[in-house]
Amino acid sequence: MTAIGQAFDRVDGAIKTTGAAKFSADQTYPGLAHAALTHASTARGRITEIDTTDATRVPGVLAVITHHNAPKMKMPSVGLMPPVFGTTVVCLNTDEVHWDGQPVAVVVAETQEAARAAAARVRVSCSPLPSAVDFSTAEAKPQKNSMLQAGSARKGDALAALESAPVAVDREFTTPPHNHNAIEPHTTTAVWDGDRLTVHEPTQNIGGVRRTLSAAFGVPIDKIRVVSEHVGGGFGGKGLVWPGTILAVLAARVTGRPVRLVLTREGVYRTVGGRTPSVQRVAIGADREGRMTSLVHTSVTRVGRTGGGPEGVTIQSSHLYDARNILLRQNIAEVDLLANTFMRAPGEAIGTFALESTVDELAHELHMDPIDLRMRNEPTRDPIGDKPFTRRNLRAAYELGAKEFGWEQRTPQPRSMRDGQWLIGWGVATAFHPPVHLVANASLRFSTDGTALLRCGFHEMGMGAATAQAQITADALGIPFEAVRVEHGDSSLPAGPMAGGSNQTGSVAAAVHTLAPKLRRALGGEISVEALARKRKPYVEVSIGADSPLGRATGQARLMSKFLRDRRKGVRAVTGAQFCEVRVDADTGEIRVSRWVGAFDCGTVINPKTAASQLRGGIVLGIGAALSEETLVDPRTGRIMNPSLAEYHLPVHADVPEIDVHWLDEPDPTMPAGLLGVGEVGVTGAAAAVANAVFHATGKRVRDLPITLDKVV
Amino acid sequence: MRTFSYVRADDVDAALRAITDEPNAKFLGGGTNLVDLMREDIERPDTVVDITRLPLAEVEELPDGGVRIGALLRNSHLAAHPVIRSRYPMVAQAVLSGASGQLRNMATVGGNLMQRTRCLYFYDDAAACNKREPGSGCAAIGGFSRSHAVLGASASCAATHPSDLCVALAALDAIVELRSSRGTRRVPLVDFHRMPGDTPEIETVLADDELITAVELPPPPSGVSRYRKVRDRASYAFALVSVAAALDVQDGVVSSIRLALGGVGTKPWRAYQAERALLGAPATEESFRAAARAELADAVSLPHNEFKIRLAESTIVAVLRGMS
Repeated sequence: MTAIGQAFDRVDGAIKTTGAAKFSADQTYPGLAHAALTHASTARGRITEIDTTDATRVPGVLAVITHHNAPKMKMPSVGLMPPVFGTTVVCLNTDEVHWDGQPVAVVVAETQEAARAAAARVRVSCSPLPSAVDFSTAEAKPQKNSMLQAGSARKGDALAALESAPVAVDREFTTPPHNHNAIEPHTTTAVWDGDRLTVHEPTQNIGGVRRTLSAAFGVPIDKIRVVSEHVGGGFGGKGLVWPGTILAVLAARVTGRPVRLVLTREGVYRTVGGRTPSVQRVAIGADREGRMTSLVHTSVTRVGRTGGGPEGVTIQSSHLYDARNILLRQNIAEVDLLANTFMRAPGEAIGTFALESTVDELAHELHMDPIDLRMRNEPTRDPIGDKPFTRRNLRAAYELGAKEFGWEQRTPQPRSMRDGQWLIGWGVATAFHPPVHLVANASLRFSTDGTALLRCGFHEMGMGAATAQAQITADALGIPFEAVRVEHGDSSLPAGPMAGGSNQTGSVAAAVHTLAPKLRRALGGEISVEALARKRKPYVEVSIGADSPLGRATGQARLMSKFLRDRRKGVRAVTGAQFCEVRVDADTGEIRVSRWVGAFDCGTVINPKTAASQLRGGIVLGIGAALSEETLVDPRTGRIMNPSLAEYHLPVHADVPEIDVHWLDEPDPTMPAGLLGVGEVGVTGAAAAVANAVFHATGKRVRDLPITLDKVV
Repeated sequence: MRTFSYVRADDVDAALRAITDEPNAKFLGGGTNLVDLMREDIERPDTVVDITRLPLAEVEELPDGGVRIGALLRNSHLAAHPVIRSRYPMVAQAVLSGASGQLRNMATVGGNLMQRTRCLYFYDDAAACNKREPGSGCAAIGGFSRSHAVLGASASCAATHPSDLCVALAALDAIVELRSSRGTRRVPLVDFHRMPGDTPEIETVLADDELITAVELPPPPSGVSRYRKVRDRASYAFALVSVAAALDVQDGVVSSIRLALGGVGTKPWRAYQAERALLGAPATEESFRAAARAELADAVSLPHNEFKIRLAESTIVAVLRGMS
């Protein structure tokens, strides 16, 4: 029996449920000091005075570091393996404030309480500079095409086809900014030993943290160790290096003490970017039979003037429908706010909301079942690039989901289903996410006790990454799951990929699949204790990649060639069908999601338990985006006004129904073990499914997220 | 958070002495709001007087059929108390619709009366707020005003009172017992909280040296009662609109009505105008709607909270319809 496909408990489950797992902020050192940040409360301005007198007087304060006394750090640079600064602002090396919330001082003290009390007593005066902080009035410019992301794409003349289409819908949508809200806030524990630096930091990007600190402090990369064994949730918010990390390392250098900085929740909101808001237009033209003749999807998102990147909001629209003419265009507006960053399924999470809502509107116009409409336009090859799909069986996912949900019981007319006080609505939408595939260095050891050890600096954020790799390794070596141990989350291990783009499981699996035959050869053709005994060694180890300047450059070249080769091969994506039932109170407009079925075409499932959790977690995030989540940025000041879990409304348990997830379990032929990453696809299509269900329940189409009750009452 | 002194009082007299003797002192009950606000640097007491050991956590049945609730009774105990559950179900429902289990285990009845607003600008010391810093202005008017009041607001403040319990207490004609070294006085709950006017920083009639010792409920009104809370998610959110109602209908006519609203007023809002319109009126949807409209006739909205006027009306109607 193979280990792949079995629902093993997570290998880190016991230590996490008993509290034995050591997260970054649990690491302690003799003489550990604590840091806290003072934030600017001006959108853009120049610091005219920074008064640290009161802060310095707080008992236990060791240092108050501002731009007056901070050592100079290096400017971010680019290169083959660039640092991953979240923002281009070198905080505390400038008297200029670029966003409301920018750190302008770091206080170090003997206790966290003293540091925070003192940080609140640093008085900052700023003279304002001209700023633009209101996204709704900011000027948008077309996004340029880059190697990683197309700013625009087209096939035929979609606008003309839209004009002449027998049936057309043309709609505008808005989505608000979102924040990640990982339960573990960002923390950094920094320890200098001469010119050697150790950093404990929950990150999705160990290599990126290392490169960035190397650049900022002018320390060779080999002298920096980054440890990140357990990460308490990331969702993209821990993918880049934000000011807190750098300032903790700076504070440790200035004070000569080990320093820990734990951001407050407010500190996370003010210094770690979130998801951009968007304005989107989707227009679809079709003939009377529902065959799409035109698909237009345009977007405006924002980036900070000092960092952040464009979000691929229209990407799924180039892959989902076989429209004869397609026009996609992304625009960007620059604002004086904290840089945006990626958050679970950047692009598709909000792009599918607009696209899949519009498809539902078209189905309603055509008096057609929304699944039938989608299947009438299901492509056999990628619509724009005319490449093959590495696999695509969305049709089967819809059939499976519809059966499990009982879709054929639905009466199509809005407001036609009711349970007493509750208006009932059933909605459906397509999920789509293209997992990326990176490269990983790794080593694999077989020991005389019959166990194998996989070592790779990948990231365990609670999704079961180590468990999945133990399963993949067990099968690759033909040994039991229990005989595999996995080490991860440390830059002293062979370098793993960053955890992003749903790449990690596949990228590390590829390394395992390269290493297993190597190990077999090293053991003389057979993985067994007897074979090892013949070698007269305590263990045999093989590795891939090397952590040297040459090795890193080779790895980067390997990555780029793989990326380009993959893209030529075809379009690889997870697709799925999201079904939900909502109940809307007929008097008050309160919306409750009461039922959910998701059916996914996501390749081979390595571990049904952890995969289901990943998919469910994504769907929960989608329910939040649909109904309640919104970062409130005051358009007058650029200040985030709800930086807390009390006022940023994530779904609570009572908002989340039992979520039933299914998959086809058909391998992707181009991926190791046939697997595709499922970390992000769950959120895609989810908000649209809710919005479509709300329309079915109430007859009211809400195109502006979140769908709060005042928009339907 | 700033440094502060901590004093524990073992009896009421000691608590009253401490609050008089110590400059800038505050009583500490469950701390679910005060400690939060101290962390946010909004409340800055020099001394906190811990009163959690005072013997004020009993529910006592009164000879007239009412109950006396000790001010230090925890919210979860209040909601679970058999007398409260059977005779004042509206109170139990109101308590259970607020906060979370953990918070209710800590929060006290007296503290619930003293809760401060959740206005985003009150909570942010970088923003102008007349309540936090008298005379500094109001950033909420013209800012995010979705949670704000449509009844009782002034040009200087439109912040809502966040309590659920107080809405039920307002409907039930509760009396608040206050003690100081000068003696004991009894203030109706509906007069305990003040309208903001030009002094939104003064939120209650409680004097600096007074302690809330108990809340008394008169015998329950006749008929059925209910607390209904409408909010942005299923749990752990403050009310957009809440309705506490007790209704008795005899021969199709409203013979007794109590109605109070939460989420829409600058204080727990007893809907006297609606009550006057309903008493003696036929128990029909039309009467309910007319009464709701009478109460909301003077409502004034800000850019983001206009929906509350419609929502309050529809919620009042829905609650009364469901009870009649």
